[in-house]
Amino acid sequence: MEISRNEKAAKELGLSDEEYRKILKIMGREPTLTEIAMFSVEWSEHCGYPHSRTWFELFPREGKLSALVGEDAGGIIHDGVAVVFKMESHNHPSQVEPLQGAATGIGGIIRDIFGAGARPIALLDSLRFGPLDDVHSRHVFEGVVDGIAFYGNCVGVPTVGGELYFHPSFRGNCLVNVMCVGIAPRDRLARAWAKGRGNLIIYAGNRTGRDGIGGCSILASQEFGEGDEKRPSVQVGDPFTEKCLIEATLEALDSGKVVGIKDMGAAGLTCSSSEMAAEGKSGMLLDLDRIPLRESGMEPWESMMSESQERMLLCVENGTEAEVMAIFHKWGLEAVVVGEVEDGDTLTVSYRGDIVAQIPARELTSPPVYTPPRRKPAFLEEKNNGSWRDLPGSFDWNEVILRLTGSSNLSSRRPVYRQYDHMVGINTKILPGRGTPVLRVKGKEWGIALTTDCNPVYCSLDPRLGAAHAVAEAARNLASSGARPAGVTDCLNFGNPRKDDRYWYFVEAVHGLSDACRALELPVVSGNVSFYNENPGGSVHPTPTVGMVGIIDRVENAVAAGFMQEDCKVIIAGDTREELGGSEYLCLVHDMEVGPPPSLDLQREKDLQEFLLEVTGRGLVVSASDLAEGGLVMGVVEACLCPEFPLGAELSLEVLGSLREDALLFGESAGRALLSVEPSYVQEVEETAQRHEIPLYMVGVTGGDRLIAKRNSMTLFDLSIKELRIIWEEGLFQSSGIPGGERL
Amino acid sequence: MKFAVVVFPGSNCDHDCYHVLSEVLGVDTVYLWHKEQDVGEIDCIILPGGFSYGDYLRAGAIARFSPVMQAVRDFACKGGLVVGICNGFQILTESGLLPGVLLPNRGGRFICQDVYLRVENTDTPFTSLFSPGEVVKIPIAHQQGNYYASSGAMEKINNENRVLFRYCGPEGETGVRTNPNGSMDDVAGIISEKRNVLGLMPHPERASEGMLGSVDGKRVFQSVAKWLEEQKHGNK
Repeated sequence: MEISRNEKAAKELGLSDEEYRKILKIMGREPTLTEIAMFSVEWSEHCGYPHSRTWFELFPREGKLSALVGEDAGGIIHDGVAVVFKMESHNHPSQVEPLQGAATGIGGIIRDIFGAGARPIALLDSLRFGPLDDVHSRHVFEGVVDGIAFYGNCVGVPTVGGELYFHPSFRGNCLVNVMCVGIAPRDRLARAWAKGRGNLIIYAGNRTGRDGIGGCSILASQEFGEGDEKRPSVQVGDPFTEKCLIEATLEALDSGKVVGIKDMGAAGLTCSSSEMAAEGKSGMLLDLDRIPLRESGMEPWESMMSESQERMLLCVENGTEAEVMAIFHKWGLEAVVVGEVEDGDTLTVSYRGDIVAQIPARELTSPPVYTPPRRKPAFLEEKNNGSWRDLPGSFDWNEVILRLTGSSNLSSRRPVYRQYDHMVGINTKILPGRGTPVLRVKGKEWGIALTTDCNPVYCSLDPRLGAAHAVAEAARNLASSGARPAGVTDCLNFGNPRKDDRYWYFVEAVHGLSDACRALELPVVSGNVSFYNENPGGSVHPTPTVGMVGIIDRVENAVAAGFMQEDCKVIIAGDTREELGGSEYLCLVHDMEVGPPPSLDLQREKDLQEFLLEVTGRGLVVSASDLAEGGLVMGVVEACLCPEFPLGAELSLEVLGSLREDALLFGESAGRALLSVEPSYVQEVEETAQRHEIPLYMVGVTGGDRLIAKRNSMTLFDLSIKELRIIWEEGLFQSSGIPGGERL
Repeated sequence: MKFAVVVFPGSNCDHDCYHVLSEVLGVDTVYLWHKEQDVGEIDCIILPGGFSYGDYLRAGAIARFSPVMQAVRDFACKGGLVVGICNGFQILTESGLLPGVLLPNRGGRFICQDVYLRVENTDTPFTSLFSPGEVVKIPIAHQQGNYYASSGAMEKINNENRVLFRYCGPEGETGVRTNPNGSMDDVAGIISEKRNVLGLMPHPERASEGMLGSVDGKRVFQSVAKWLEEQKHGNK
């Protein structure tokens, strides 16, 4: 049977036969080429979440603070202020063109935040690449860092934190997850809808070009190598236009004349127009002849699919359009009326006097849901059998610690974060490299703490447990700084969902996230899914990145991680168990990725959180940090190497119990925090711990210029702080070539 | 006494300067849009940091042609106080209000970090509240902060004691190790011949509140306020 030209086009754009039949049924006729293009992007994995949507119902939507859920960018409400936040991936564009891929990833997520009416105040990047000894991975890494600096610095939103992690599974498919946080008075948030018959639709910002046609929506909906001829162009970012667009949009929203607004992100004009119409339960007429184009001769389907950057679509009250457009013009941006709101529910697109598309908006924005079969990979049982116990438990620890300290995953991140303006906005209270980033909120006593977290090795060994760890560790990060965890955004990076083992990982991880969020009373307010993260060698490690925001009651009490003060007691809160599975130590030193990952007791995590909030809030501790990758030793090393005041410590570890030495030093048991406390406050800290039923272990004292650990008077390691510091500071640029600044 | 913070499209420290002047110092402050041709009744103009007009050509190269810069030039010619911070410094050199140029950093990368500065001359409207030789901590955040002037010009600047701030170490020591960007003679900030125009790469507005770590930068603004106050009362 001969297939029609349109059916062929639908296939080329990634629609399945089944989807095409569904479209025929919705339309009751053969769809036009423009309509097919619109369905293909709107129903793509990136925009429509067909393989993931159904699972989001598991996520808790309420927590201790009132939550904003369900619009483009969710958030939490505190003291009349909406803290809006969201994380998004830009993995495939960054792999294809690292600088522009990362840059436009930042641009996109910032637009989500100011499109919701909030002023963006912070960015965090959770980045994962192949190992740095691989030339191409290095190129991608450096390009992504350059892209973040290029776009983020110019646009004037501080990059205050994030993660940077190297692992072979990300060779050929990096992960670039960007989180943006914004604030707005609660009653000033904007809605992403179009309503009110006769109200006008305004297009503002950059012109529409052929760049990035299907950039995100198609790139993110197939694997690399799964048909290279379909690989579309990556979008190009212009941070200057974005900066002007931020100011103009917030000013336009302040005018009170804007009914609704949405950014044109993935799937551009199609997504913004159809979703605004569907959300407002309205129809909309769009006149493509009025769209500002960058080049002539663009077909209607190209205009509807273009992912040109820095564009917004607004719905304004009829009669106020001149006033609103004048604001954009003042900022040197184009703004034109391109359509109007109609009764009904149909999105109608006209071009040169013809109707080129006429689709019920709700149908267009309700893509099919797929829950393909899933299967637990058979090899997991064997991987989690604890075979690390066969290793000798004792080595020359000095040498091992220096190796870990200088490794690409555990060394100082300063060569990277010093390239990002992390202070603009003058809110950053705890700077990157000093602990969990904390920002003040001008005019308020309280502030916010921000973090991102995920351990892909844990998730590859046990996705449910690994995802729960990501939530628990992020919460512990925040609580260590003195902030009460308040809300979660996520960015779920997985392989091809049509492969049953990948899909099993995804569903397990969603369960893990949702269980942990429920137990810790945290709402999931927003999120993003990125599937098809595969390279010829297989899927990336499953990486459900968690972004978390916490509220710190008195921001001046925020606690950093560095010891900073001599003669303080070093205390470990929480038990250290003989758990080495999934650890950075095993990966790096023994090249072993075996489980099981550390156990997780969510009730214990909650108790620890309350304990940390009390001791930080009452000013009883000098420093606090959680223990994670690299275990006790790397936690202590980092606390010793505070950039402002490096300081040694002497530890006696026998109080932690008779564990194997390797597990004692590098095991990553959850539910632990590292504190330093002035001797006069130790008793109060102990009493507080007793009340919260948290075991405390006095392991040593800060001071001196060496880091020494003994166990029953036997020396485990003894290192000079100066040497550790040089190795730590130079580790990353030794392996990457990025200059880390003046040699210490 | 009235301060104005110029807003170019792409300025991104305009709000920060405004906040410090109006909220921390409590002085009357207004924004001045880049299309203004008249600065009005103003005593001190701040050119804030950022990426004016995107800085795609060369930092400050487009901003010098803006209407407001003609007005700033006239204001400076009449002796009005002008402070250019970071991108503002770049705009001042591009406009010819200060000598020299700001080249890309040694190493070519953007650098954001605290630096130590040695205060070289306190007999100016911008530094009277510092003590001579004092070491202060103020952050930098730029990609083009590597100051360069012809040897003759640099000699003149040094001879006239017009370098107000030099990059240094915590003890005031200077050299390659404490110079973050390769700047000639460790220059971090200079003033004009008439001593009424200051350009500096470090961000004093980022070191103006104890909550954020350092209050050393606040004294630049306070010195200006004090100087203006004294002018008003004819004490100088």
